[in-house]
Parts: sequence; structure tokens; C-alpha cells
Amino acid sequence: MKRFSSRLMELVLFILLLSFISFAFMKLAPGDPVRYILNIDDVAVSEERINELREELGFNDPLVIQYGKWLLQFIKLDLGNSHMTKQPVIEELIEKLPATILLTVTSLFVMTIIAVPIGTISALYKNTWIDHVSRMFALFGASVPSFWLGLLFIQLFSVKFGWLPSMGMGTIQHLILPALTLGIAMAAVYVRLLRSSLLESLGQDFIRAAKARGLSNGRIFFFHAFRHCLVPVITLFGVSLGSLLGGTVIIEVLFSYPGIGKLVVEAIVRRDFPIIQGYILFMGLFVTVINSLIDVSYRYLNPEVRLKEGRS
Amino acid sequence: MNQFLLRHPKSIIGLLVVSFVLMIVSVSYIAPYDPNHVTMKERLLPISSEHWLGTDHLGRDIFSRILVGARTTVGTSLLILMCSLLIGIPIGLFSGYIGGRFDRVLMKIVDAFMAFPDYIFAIVLSGLLGPGMFNLIFAIVIVKWVGYTRLVRSTVITEKHKEYVLLAKINGLRSFQILKKHMIPHIMGNVLVLATLDLGKIILMIAALSYIGLGAQPPTAEWGSMLNEGKAFFYNAPLLMVIPGLAIMLFVLMSNLLGDYLRDKFDVKSKKVGI
Repeated sequence: MKRFSSRLMELVLFILLLSFISFAFMKLAPGDPVRYILNIDDVAVSEERINELREELGFNDPLVIQYGKWLLQFIKLDLGNSHMTKQPVIEELIEKLPATILLTVTSLFVMTIIAVPIGTISALYKNTWIDHVSRMFALFGASVPSFWLGLLFIQLFSVKFGWLPSMGMGTIQHLILPALTLGIAMAAVYVRLLRSSLLESLGQDFIRAAKARGLSNGRIFFFHAFRHCLVPVITLFGVSLGSLLGGTVIIEVLFSYPGIGKLVVEAIVRRDFPIIQGYILFMGLFVTVINSLIDVSYRYLNPEVRLKEGRS
Repeated sequence: MNQFLLRHPKSIIGLLVVSFVLMIVSVSYIAPYDPNHVTMKERLLPISSEHWLGTDHLGRDIFSRILVGARTTVGTSLLILMCSLLIGIPIGLFSGYIGGRFDRVLMKIVDAFMAFPDYIFAIVLSGLLGPGMFNLIFAIVIVKWVGYTRLVRSTVITEKHKEYVLLAKINGLRSFQILKKHMIPHIMGNVLVLATLDLGKIILMIAALSYIGLGAQPPTAEWGSMLNEGKAFFYNAPLLMVIPGLAIMLFVLMSNLLGDYLRDKFDVKSKKVGI
């Protein structure tokens, strides 16, 4: 229980830090949002109108007061309204979130169905031609710029063959190309990791012990060796979550996929600060929650961790 | 030769940096055409003996632009790497060696940086600072230095309690000397491996940021922004985006291969595993 509460305390501190960082970002960034808001209609604006809007948005208060006000609203889950659409930021983000989650989950799925068989086969047939080919794949996959791969896919499957749509969302067909692009780019790292950690765990004592107990090879492989590998795989997942989320931003822009990443790039271009702030907070929270879940999952995947905790 | 290099990791770094810089500088001099020379009547030409890789939408020679772009792209990523090393290594050294409260506070800061997804941090930061090469460099350095601090600190912490360091202390070597003579040689191998592997990642990041319009601005020849410009024409002239992409891929591939090789040389643990 004590561990849990200290963890919670850390989380709260982290969120506070995050909120401060995202607030500071906005204030330090060059470019006056007021001008951007007023320039939407491309009409010349008077100095008077600018000042009026500054007052209205509270930009004339001292920074500390601005942060305090903002923090109070933040606690009430009110992140303000988007400068562009006048909608509440929370609503905008929540509206786009399912699309991004769908894309992320699908590409994780694609990644798994690519990486697990290839990694497994190359560990089982170590140093044969299959292994060499799959290592080549991993090397190329880690070196290819994902957006470029996406462009090539569009060129091939949308322009040349006309099989799949290249932009937007709605049907499964719309999801195939973006998910494939992200999935392939991610799979490379996991293939390597899976191969090396499978090889490592196959040489360990508990595998020999399982063999001695007369378990079948398949059972040993899936329930012992494979399970042992999940720990490094999940660790890598936590580490690479950042590039996965960053990757979704690029891929969403590339495929005009209406997710949260595309929203934030548009917001950056238009200096829509509340949206960017909301996005930073959202992503920071998301990553923290996932990482905490990963920490918890170690206990279930690796008996050693549980044993150590039990002892202490 | 290998034995020599292994015993002198610094010489490898020197060799690599010198050869990289030489290659990049020399490559931009052999460019057959002016990379920014616009010839509208020669636009979107296919591959020919005159223009080895064709011309782009403004009639500029793509081959020359790729060669000169190498200087921008690779040079920028080397610069980013250098800055990250110069910030990350000293902080890691001191944090690990001094320890105590200083170390704890620093590590909390590093953790906060690490907790936030690097790509998103870089995108948002460089986006807010405004498009341009300098802001891009700044944004990527901000996300990259923490990795080195972490790595260096953990190596220093395992090394500093060993007996040879104790002996050096007893012999009256000052902390600075210990760091210089004993710690730095120890961390160099790991840092070199991480840096080589990072080089490819940095290039991919620059390219991705340039692709969404945050990096180099036209008409600068930079692989990522060439790709960005080329995408508008890729229905008619796919070459415009295929070639810069290939250039990026080949370079990243090279640095990944080099990183793997160095890892096998330095890192005993993964050698046993058989990566």
C-alpha cells in the first residue's frame, strides 16, 4: 500500500511538472496567438481589437496569475477553448482520440503478426538462410524512414493499382496502409529483440529443467521460453512508445487521417496554444499510465520479480 | 589493427569523425551542377547521362542536390550528436561520481525528460519555436542528451566503487584526474556504440520533422525537405521522392551496421547473446 501511495504521489508531481512545462512552452514560444486568431478572416485588424482580445483571453495578467488560473481550470478538467474552432479542447481531443487509438492498436497488431513469426523462426533456425533474411529485414526496417515507406505504399497501392484509398478514414481499407506503414517500421526492432532474447532464454537452466521434466518441445517453447521473452519485449514497448506516438503524428499527416496527431500539427501551424497544451498533457498522461501498467505487468510475467517482492 | 583500436577507443572516434567530415565536405565539391540553379525548361527530366538522377520540379539537378544535401543532413545530425554528447556526458559523469542529493535531483529531471515521448517533444518544441534548422537542432538536442547522461551515470556508478579507483584515491589523485584517467576511458565504448546507433535515429528524426515542414526551408538542399517538396509531384515524377528517401535509408543503414559492429566489439553481454 505504501508503494502504491508513493507511486501515486510521484504521478501527481509528474502531472504538475508536465502542466508547468506545457504552460511554459506556450509562453516562451514566439508568435502572438492573438494575431493568429484575428487573422483568420484575413481582414486587417485594429490595435484596439487586439488589445480587447488580449484582455478577454487574460494575456495581460502576470504570468504567475495566468498559470494559477490555468491550473485551477486544469484541475476541473477544463483546458479552455480552441482558438480556432471555439470548441472546448477536451472535447476536440476526445473526439479525435478514438481514431488515433484505433490506428495505434491496428499497427501494433500488424507489428505483432510480422515480428513474432519472423523473430521466432530466426531464433529457431539460427544462422541458416532464413535467419539471415530476417535479420536483413530487421536492418532495413530499422533504417527506412516511415513516411517514405508510406509514400511508396501510396504510390504503389493507391496510384498504380488503385486497390486502397490513400487518405481519410472510415472503412477497414482506409486503415490498411497507415497501419502497415507504422507496423513494418516498428516490427524491425522487435524482430531483433525477440530473436536475441529467445536465444538467450532457450539456453537457460529453467528450460533444461523443463526438458528434464519431460515437457513437450512446443509447450516448453510457448509457455516457458516465450513467456520469458515477454519481459524485454514489454520493456522495449515502454521505451519505444514515444516513437510510436510520434510515428502516428507523421503517418496521420501523411495519410490525412483525422486523428489527434494531425490535429496537433494543424494546431502548431496555427499557434492554437490550448490544443497544443492539451495534447502535451494528454500524451504525457497516456505514456505515464501505460508505463505504470507495464510495471505492474512485470509481476505477472516474471516470477522472479514476485519472489523478490515477497522476500523484501 | 583491431587490437589497437580496441585499446584506444578515442582513436576510433577520431577516425570516424574525421572520415565522416572529410567525406561530406569533399562530396559537396564534386557536385556537377549548382544545386540551387533553377532552369524551368529542364524541369522533371528523367534519368540521363547529363542529369544522372534527373531534375526536379524547378529543373535543379537531383544528383547535385543529394550530394550537397548530404552536408546539410549528415552535418546537422553530427552537430546534434556532438551537442548531446557535450551536454550529456559531463552531467552524467558528475552526477554519478558526486552522487547524493545532487545526483537524485538531476535524475528526477532526467526522468521527467525521459518520461515524455521524444518524437512528440521534438515535434511540439520545434513547431512552437518555428520552422527552421536552428530550432530543429535545439529541439532534438533537448530530447537526446538525457540518454547519454543515463548511460554515463550508470557506468560511473558501477565503476567508482571498484578497487582501482580506491587505489587512485589513496594515491592522492584528484577527482578530476580520476574522472579523466579512469572513468572516461571506461564510458567511451558504450557511448560510442550508442552514438553511432543514435546517428541513424537522429537523421530519421530530422527527415520526419522536415517532412512535416518544420526543418530546413526551401531552397536549402536537405534530404528530408527534398522529400517534402517532391511529394507534391510524386504522381508524375516519383523519382523526386524516391531518391532522397533512398539516400536517407542508405545512410541510416550504414550507421546502423557500424553501430552493430561496434556493439559486437565493445559489448560483451550482447555478444554472448548472439545479436
